[in-house]
Amino acid sequence: MSVSEREWWTVLHGMIFGAVFLLAFAGGLAGLYSLRPDWVTVSGLRERLSRMKLGLWAMAVVAWLTVISGTFIVYPWYRAPDPNSPRSFLLASPERAEWHTFGMEWKEHVGWLAPIAATVVAFVVSYYGSALAHRLGERRWIALFFIVAFATAAAAGIFGAFINKIAPVR
Amino acid sequence: MAVRNARTDRSAAEQAEGRATLEGHDRPNGPVAAALLAGGIGSAALGVVTTLAEASVGFRNSLNWFNPVGPLTGKALIGTIAFFLSWLILGFALRGKEVNFNRYATIALILLVIGLIGTFPLFFELFAAE
Repeated sequence: MSVSEREWWTVLHGMIFGAVFLLAFAGGLAGLYSLRPDWVTVSGLRERLSRMKLGLWAMAVVAWLTVISGTFIVYPWYRAPDPNSPRSFLLASPERAEWHTFGMEWKEHVGWLAPIAATVVAFVVSYYGSALAHRLGERRWIALFFIVAFATAAAAGIFGAFINKIAPVR
Repeated sequence: MAVRNARTDRSAAEQAEGRATLEGHDRPNGPVAAALLAGGIGSAALGVVTTLAEASVGFRNSLNWFNPVGPLTGKALIGTIAFFLSWLILGFALRGKEVNFNRYATIALILLVIGLIGTFPLFFELFAAE
């Protein structure tokens, strides 16, 4: 029951940082959606907002940690110029090559959009605080950014999981 | 009818009172527009750089700032720097201002879509250098 250092980093990148971000999304979206003055009292809004600020900033930090650990720690092992690296393994077979040419190529780029969008959302919620409940327009736009953050992280996460299943970093 | 009017009046009064006591109620929307636009700029920068790197081998090689990671280093850092730098500049420019928020947000969305398209392999591979 041993796990190598590389496997630990892969787990930390995908199953801890990445999964925490994706799981927290539902709570964040529900919080944004229900941030309406006719649904919650003023003191209820204040209480909810302090939780949302903390949660959204935590999500933004986790999103940055996910892309930084993925790009600068795990990715070099994936693309190492040696015949046993996961990238070499995938490209060696036409049946597997698309996991790299489409899956990894998409994942490694689109994942970087998630922390940018998540940071914008965390800032807007912190800036307006409970007054955001009265700003329907702004709330809708940041909900859109939040959904983009989730969708890009989900695309990166799903391909990461599949690629690591087919060609694990060891 | 009179009861309903009284309820409506009370609800409106409660909301107005609530609005007045909420934190950040009268904060200008300029800094928020700046953050959204900066998010769009960072995304678009990443998308454009990714597509350009596919189109030009020379440009792709110039993005290789850290050999173990390859050109992804330059792409990711350019997108990130574009985001934070434009946020800093726009944040100063729009500080304390009330702006046409929908216009800024629409531009931010267009830039975000450019980022999404530019980082999609089926798109950027259309420009692959021979």
